[in-house]
Amino acid sequence: MKIILLFISLITIGFSLPASAAQHDDYPVSPPPFSEGIFPCSNCHAGLEVNAKKRELKDEHTAIKLRHAEQERWCLDCHSARNRDKLKLADGEAVNFTESYRLCGQCHGNIYRDWKAGIHGKRIGFFKGGKRTYFLCVNCHNPHDPKFKPIKPEPPPIRPEATHGRQ
Amino acid sequence: MEAWRFFKKTVNMVFFGTRGYYLWCAFLLTIIGVAITFYIDQLDAGLIVTNMRDQVSWGLYIGNFTYLVGVAAAAVLLVIPAYIYHFDPIKEIVVLGELLAASAIIMALMFVLADLGRPDRFWHIIPFIGTLSFPKSLLAWDVIVLNGYLVLNTLVPIYILVKSYFGKEPNKKFVIPLVLLSIPLAVGIHTVTAFLYNGLAARPFWNASILAPRFLASAFCSGPALAIIIFQILRKTAGMKIKNEALFKISELIAYSMFINLFLLGAELFKEYYTGTIHLAPMEYLYQGLHGHNSLVPWIWSAMFMNITAFVIFLIPKTRENLITLNIGSLFIIVGVWIEKGLGLIVPGFIPDPLGEIYEYMPNITEIFVSLGIWAFGLLIFTLFMRIAIPIQRGDFIHSKYAKATIRRQYERIKP
Amino acid sequence: MEDSKSHTRRDFIRILSMGALAGLSMGSLACTRDAVEEFLQKGFQEMTEEEKKQVIRRLEAKYLKKYGKAFHISTQPADTGVLWGYGLDLSRCIGCRRCVYACVKENNLSRTNPQLHWIRVIRLKKGSLINLENSEHYYNPETVPEPGFMYMPVQCQQCENPPCVRVCPVKATWKEPDGIVVVDYNWCIGCRYCIAACPYKGRVFNWAEPNIPSAELNTEVHYLGNRPRMKNVVEKCTFCIQRTKQGRYPACLEICPTGARKFGNLLDPNSEIRYLIENKRVFRLKEDLNTEPKFYYFFSA
Repeated sequence: MKIILLFISLITIGFSLPASAAQHDDYPVSPPPFSEGIFPCSNCHAGLEVNAKKRELKDEHTAIKLRHAEQERWCLDCHSARNRDKLKLADGEAVNFTESYRLCGQCHGNIYRDWKAGIHGKRIGFFKGGKRTYFLCVNCHNPHDPKFKPIKPEPPPIRPEATHGRQ
Repeated sequence: MEAWRFFKKTVNMVFFGTRGYYLWCAFLLTIIGVAITFYIDQLDAGLIVTNMRDQVSWGLYIGNFTYLVGVAAAAVLLVIPAYIYHFDPIKEIVVLGELLAASAIIMALMFVLADLGRPDRFWHIIPFIGTLSFPKSLLAWDVIVLNGYLVLNTLVPIYILVKSYFGKEPNKKFVIPLVLLSIPLAVGIHTVTAFLYNGLAARPFWNASILAPRFLASAFCSGPALAIIIFQILRKTAGMKIKNEALFKISELIAYSMFINLFLLGAELFKEYYTGTIHLAPMEYLYQGLHGHNSLVPWIWSAMFMNITAFVIFLIPKTRENLITLNIGSLFIIVGVWIEKGLGLIVPGFIPDPLGEIYEYMPNITEIFVSLGIWAFGLLIFTLFMRIAIPIQRGDFIHSKYAKATIRRQYERIKP
Repeated sequence: MEDSKSHTRRDFIRILSMGALAGLSMGSLACTRDAVEEFLQKGFQEMTEEEKKQVIRRLEAKYLKKYGKAFHISTQPADTGVLWGYGLDLSRCIGCRRCVYACVKENNLSRTNPQLHWIRVIRLKKGSLINLENSEHYYNPETVPEPGFMYMPVQCQQCENPPCVRVCPVKATWKEPDGIVVVDYNWCIGCRYCIAACPYKGRVFNWAEPNIPSAELNTEVHYLGNRPRMKNVVEKCTFCIQRTKQGRYPACLEICPTGARKFGNLLDPNSEIRYLIENKRVFRLKEDLNTEPKFYYFFSA
């Protein structure tokens, strides 16, 4: 009896695990904008000790200035400490860099909803009859310093007064 | 043989005359010549040679067109007293009034042609041959009624003149219905032209119900005022018999029209200034200047001064019946209404533009000369009409069967 | 003897001159045959398929001669079950004007003398939403966005009840079944009544022969869209008719760096444009004029 119950529960868990894992949708996204040679991170981090203390990094990654809720968290709140080739959700689940939108979507739920529907951010290519491409959040927003910098505008139109006479 | 005689005498009247006549024609032909060179430039380089741009896409040409349709419509004012009130002194100038209307319509149509970007595609607008968008487009209506009015205003005078040439009275049963038809048609052409501007929600300056009545009121001032001046000139140069009473009667009617014109203007000013919505902007631009742009302000205030002064002159019988003040008043009205209806109506309609931009339009030399050229052409056509029509009306140019042996000396200015 | 000689001489001269005249007229006819064909060309809506093909052949030859490039002119008609709509996120537009110049490149707009822009970005003061009287068209700061301002791009709104179509005296502009308002550039007579009628400054006029640098010509064109135009005719945004008919996004949408622009089929309940109309608070410009534009502005934040 006990063996049958164990068997049934194992099968149930076996079926439900993939189901819970598949609760998110997959989106055809462009690749993550890694800097040259930075990925896979485990190339360096596999042999390094994990230092979970919140601090300013002095040895490596010094170019990264965190300006993204830096009072509330730091690197290892998003990057998985155990496996640097993956990111970490709030419940501890590890996600690939190609699914980083799931991480951003935890806090930015409204925007995540809009992004999934296709109305947040850039879309290029075909909207019908061809390949649609979603951009990852990080294709436009730097995850460490996401605020857009002001850019130089294109020139204004020529004033009609300036077009009088022969040119 | 009679046709050859007619042709020979017509050529004589047109090409030969007094020194004043030669000077006048030479003057007009010079202006026309210069205008043609400017127009060729416009055809070649495109409308960029004018000062019109996307922000103000209609300018001097359409302003003149609007004014001239009004002048043409006002020929009716001369017709109504003659045929409805049987006011005899006016009868003799009705034909000439209708020929004035015809010349004005020809000028108006030429202004539209000058303003068109692609006059080479003019045939697109001909009904059945092209695709005239009747009845949706008010411009299509305008094409039909303006050409219809032109046909009427050449048909009736030509019929009457031909009858006079053959020494016969015109058949009243044929003429009177056509003349009566021209009354609603005259109101029609100017109403349709007003509706052209009126029906545009994008231009709140024009989208006021008062526009069509204002057009008619100002037309019935400017047309007869022009007629008053022209007929005095014809009286002097062509020996036409026009009694002063006829001129005074016309000027009295002008007084009433100008009153209505000023009253309607006052109503417009009250509505915009008192309510003070965003739609006040074009009117403010015209009368005060907007955000530092005020090039039309001196023009409109001169027009206001001229119109009000003329109104007073025409209202008071003493000044109305004095030829000097009458002529000053008439000139004031001709210029004042031109400013008010030409520049002062078309340009502020575009300022500010639908996205709030202000582009101050003032016509440049190309537009001014092409416009002067068209005016000169219209005056030349009218002069030639008069050269032939007046002798026929006087009875001097008549079928050889009826020709008198001697020509009356005192009317020898035009020798057929 | 003399007589017969002068006879033959006269005959000879006569035959020679007639021959020359015939040759000249044939020659001139050949090079003006295209001009005559263009003059007599019907309106696009009245053409048969065969006539359209003929016109395309003539135009492609003309463009090849004029610009030295082989154009591909499409006359693909509107799809059924499609109504194009556009969305613009005003909380994301930073006024950089990249859409303006992407449109210029994609749609073969005249660069200078005259300079034509189908899109106009206006800067509005924050605090009052769409008070166009305080709009600034010629802002040119070092960087955008500037604090205290918001930016609003305006182009043809592709109205469902277009006043420009109503006023055209020759039916040179009309609304296609898929909702795009188009212009037949060879039928337009240049009266500019439509420009006076448009409440959004959506239409612009080629005041002179367009100037486009040959290197920047876009040769994938549609007859009613971005084919090279001529002087003195009206033109306007067509929601990139040459792209959208193939399911591609308009050029202005693709270049926008902040993703402020959205596009789709209003009749498709799963489209992006329908999602944003149903989930965001959309509005359209000058709605009290009842033009029913298909250009929806909204704020996502």
